[in-house]
Formats: sequence, structure tokens, C-alpha cells
Amino acid sequence: MTPRARMLLWSAIRHIVLLAGALVMLTPFIWMVSTASKPQTEIFSSDLHLIPYQFALWDNLLIAFAKADLWRYLLNGLIVTISIFGLQVLVALPAAYALAKLRFLGRDVLFALVVFCILIPPQATAIPVFLLLHKMGVLDTYAALVLPFTISVFGIFLMRQFFKTVPDDLIDAARMDGISEFGIVWRVMLPTAIPAVTAFGIFSVVAHWNDYFWPLIVLNSEHLQTPPLAVAHFRNNEAGTNYGPLMAAAMVIIAPLVIAFLFAQRRFIEGITLTGIK
Amino acid sequence: MAPRVPARVLASFRRTGRSQAAYALAAPAFVLMLLMLIGPLAGVIALSFTDYQLGAPAFSWIGLSNYREMFADRVFWISLKNTLTYVAIVVPGAVALGLGVALLIQSGAGLKSWYRTVYFLPVMATLIAMAIVWEFMLHPQFGLVNGLLRAAGLQGHSWLQDRGTALYSLCVIGIWQATGFNMVLFLAGLVSIPKHLYDAAEIDGAEGAWSRFRLVTWPMLGPVTLFVVAISAIRSFQVFDTVQVLTKGGPSKSSEVLIYTMYTEGFEFFRSGYGAAVTVVFLAFVLLLTLLKSALGNREVHYA
Repeated sequence: MTPRARMLLWSAIRHIVLLAGALVMLTPFIWMVSTASKPQTEIFSSDLHLIPYQFALWDNLLIAFAKADLWRYLLNGLIVTISIFGLQVLVALPAAYALAKLRFLGRDVLFALVVFCILIPPQATAIPVFLLLHKMGVLDTYAALVLPFTISVFGIFLMRQFFKTVPDDLIDAARMDGISEFGIVWRVMLPTAIPAVTAFGIFSVVAHWNDYFWPLIVLNSEHLQTPPLAVAHFRNNEAGTNYGPLMAAAMVIIAPLVIAFLFAQRRFIEGITLTGIK
Repeated sequence: MAPRVPARVLASFRRTGRSQAAYALAAPAFVLMLLMLIGPLAGVIALSFTDYQLGAPAFSWIGLSNYREMFADRVFWISLKNTLTYVAIVVPGAVALGLGVALLIQSGAGLKSWYRTVYFLPVMATLIAMAIVWEFMLHPQFGLVNGLLRAAGLQGHSWLQDRGTALYSLCVIGIWQATGFNMVLFLAGLVSIPKHLYDAAEIDGAEGAWSRFRLVTWPMLGPVTLFVVAISAIRSFQVFDTVQVLTKGGPSKSSEVLIYTMYTEGFEFFRSGYGAAVTVVFLAFVLLLTLLKSALGNREVHYA
């Protein structure tokens, strides 16, 4: 075989294997869309087909939105994720600046604590945090969903590493201009850190949009449900009967992040794999 | 007229001012860290030595009783064994597939970013929603999996309802979800291998894909691989979502895992003390893995 033929053969094998794998990866998505587009009779038939004979996506979506207040749940997801991220930034950036650029007694201890806290898996603190929220009387509120995550030690760590690379001259110049230390955080450091903050934002929003464990524990009221909780609830109510609308609801729940991901893949992959470096 | 202040005094004054500002800037983070992380961590360990139940007016210190009860409980051992089985299947599966896909993607030029996007999609999509899709795919009667099996002339199966297959079905979902994440870490590792090493290997007579892989890629990827294994193990230890929504640990405890046990004890039966003891066991495993990962992380490995 000539080297060129070998290259072509290798390229063909590469694509065949990768395409086969890609098909497996996509199967649940394809099956979800396919089922969401089928009327009840086609779903409950042993005849396996991908393209519905009768297209019922719109009907299934309507039923899904009628049975569950999906707009409300999407809004809840938005409120919770945005509040968490906003508060995380508000808490983490000043601390990161202090740790990176200011000298004060106890700085090394504080930084060691931050690094230590990164090691704590979120499930480990669930019972005491739950008891704390119970004592505070805020269980089953937005506050219960947001408060425990206002502190992101990983965010502090990440931003501190980034701020370390910001030249001191920039900060000194700002001080000469009479900007306070607090002002420096928001008017000097934040603008230099937009890429890092964006990556952290994607990481944070994706993690909390998809989180099921914590909302499941602290919520009771239906109207506060976040998207994952809502879709699980929908499934429990309709167990085994209404697969079309259920798949339509699943589509709606994953749509915002998946669409955002398709538009900004690079940033998303960067943001989500941040966990890899922690 | 302002009084003249010696420069040295002024400088030290500024420094104290600045260090006061530092305390003010770090204070909210510090307080929240104590309240939401360090306090609860100490709390969960302390709770595990008590008989506290949510809503109970009082509690008492009962030493190691929770642990004695736990170690005598068959369910705890099943739960631990299932968790370890899950980790032992998902980690090698998702790491090997992640590595394989990354190598294949990197070995050519065509459709690179398209493949990366597709394989990463399961990482992005809300796991609970996709778990419900998987449940329908595994439906004994109308599911895609059994449908395909029947079309191939094979017997279908009640995957999630059979105690012999429930845990393994969850493993498949776990691998499906984790492969893309590992792939991205491996891709970053592959990109950072200096090209001149391949040139050098070629000069030394290494021809063909396999010897290039054996002589350059694999040794250079070694630390990354250990790192990916540790991360995958930590993430697999935390398996909960699929279990809670698809099997509830059943049938007959065949898919019971640690975090699910903790959840039922701590948040369904509100036996906070006992749930805390289960958490401590989980914590011990995860911290061990995390320390292992940090030790590897210090070895000059770069990502992304």
C-alpha cells in the first residue's frame, strides 16, 4: 500500500469509529426529540421508528406547558443561578484581591483555608447546612437555594491566581488617583479579569442550573422548583403514561444551556473543565 | 495648613490603612467560609457522634454507636460495595473511552471541533432530564434498547427493574455522561505535548502510529491520565441523581449507593446523626482521592 492510500484508509477508519461513537452519544438526544414529536399511539407501539408518522411535537409541548408551569421553573432556574453567580462574584473578588495583592496578618492562613475548603465535597456538608437553614427558618425559599453557594472557595482561588498576574503598577497608579482599595477591586481588577470571570460564570451557572441534590433537599413548594427538580416531579406524576409531553419537558429544560453551549462551545468547554485544574 | 508628617510614618499609616482594607475585603468571604464550609464540616463529624434527629428537642453524645450500628447494618455494606463497583466500572470505562476519543480526534484534521462538541454534549445537558430519557430508552416494552435487541432477534430485558442489571445500567449512563469530560482533559494534555518529541522519535526510527503512541504520547500523557482517573473517581463517588430518580436504590438495594443512603437517612428519615456517620465514610474516601489528585497536580501538569 502506498503511504497515501494508507493515510486515506486511516482517515476513513478514524471517521467511521468517531461517527459511530458520536451516534451513541447523540442517541438519547435523538430519541428524546423523536419521542417528543410522536403522538401517544406511536409511542406505545412495538414498531420502532425514528421519524413520527404524525408530527406531534407542538401538541406535546402544549400539554407539557399545561401540566407543568415550565416558564415558572425556567424563571426559577434563572433567578437562582444568576443570584448565586452574582453573590459569588461579590464575595470572591474582594477576597481574591486581598489575597493576591495586599499584605496583612493572617493572609497565608486564610489562603490555606481556601485551598483546604476546595477539597470539601458539597454533599459532605449537606446535613449541617440543612440544619443551619432550618434554624434560620429559611428552608423552602429561594434563600435556601442560594445562601449555601454564595461562597465559592474555588472562585476565590481562581481569581486570586489571576490577580497575581496583574502588574502592581496598575494598582499603584489607581491609588495615586485616589481610588480606594474597594474601588480598585471593581474599577481596576474586575475589568482586567473579564475572561476569567466569564469562565467562572459558565462553570457556576452550568453547575447550579443542573444541580438536583440541593434543591431536592431544601424545597417542598412546587412553585419554587428549579428545572431539574421540576422535570423529575413531572416524571413522578406522569409515571409511565405520558412520555411524549415528558420528553418535550426534558427538551425544554436542557434547551437553554445546550443552545448557549452550541453558540459558545470553546468558552463552555473552558469553563466547565475548570474543575479539572482545581 | 496641614501638619507635616514624616514620610516613614505616612507610609506605615498607609500600610495599616491598607491592611484594614484587606480585612474588610476578605471578611465576608471568611465569615461565609466558616458558616457554610468549615463549620458544617466540623459539624458533620461532631453530629456523627450524637443521636440527633431533626426536630428532636434534645440530643446526647453516644460515642461510636452510630458507627457500630452502621458497620453492623447490611444495607451500609451493600451501599459501599455498590458505590465501589460503580466507581470500578465507570472510571476505567470513561477514562479509556475519553482517551480513545481524544486520540482519534487529535490524529486527524477533519471535523475536529464538531466531534468535540458532540462528545461534550452529555456533559452539558442536565443529567436529571437525560436520566429520564435513558429510563424511557430502557423501557422494557417500548424502549429503544429492547426494540433494537428484538429487531436483532435477541431477548429484551427489564434493565432498571432487575436487581441483576440495575446498577450496571446506571454505570452505562455514568460512562455516557463522563466520557466527554475526560476527552477534553486528554485533548488539552495531547495539545501540550511538544511536537519536537515526535520528530525526535521519528529520527530515532519510531515509525507508525503505534510506536509513536508507545514512545511519546503515552509517557507524556501519564501524569494527565492519573489526574483524570482521580477526578473521575471523585465524581463517580458522588453518584446520586440517576439513582434517586431511576431506581431509588432498588430493586432490593441492588443500586443503593453511599450518597443515596446518606440522603434517605439524613433527609427522609431525618436521622441526622446516623446520616452524618455515613457522610464521614464518604468523606474519607473522597478526601483520600482528592489528596492523591493534589499530589499529582503538583507535578507540573498543565491544562487547557
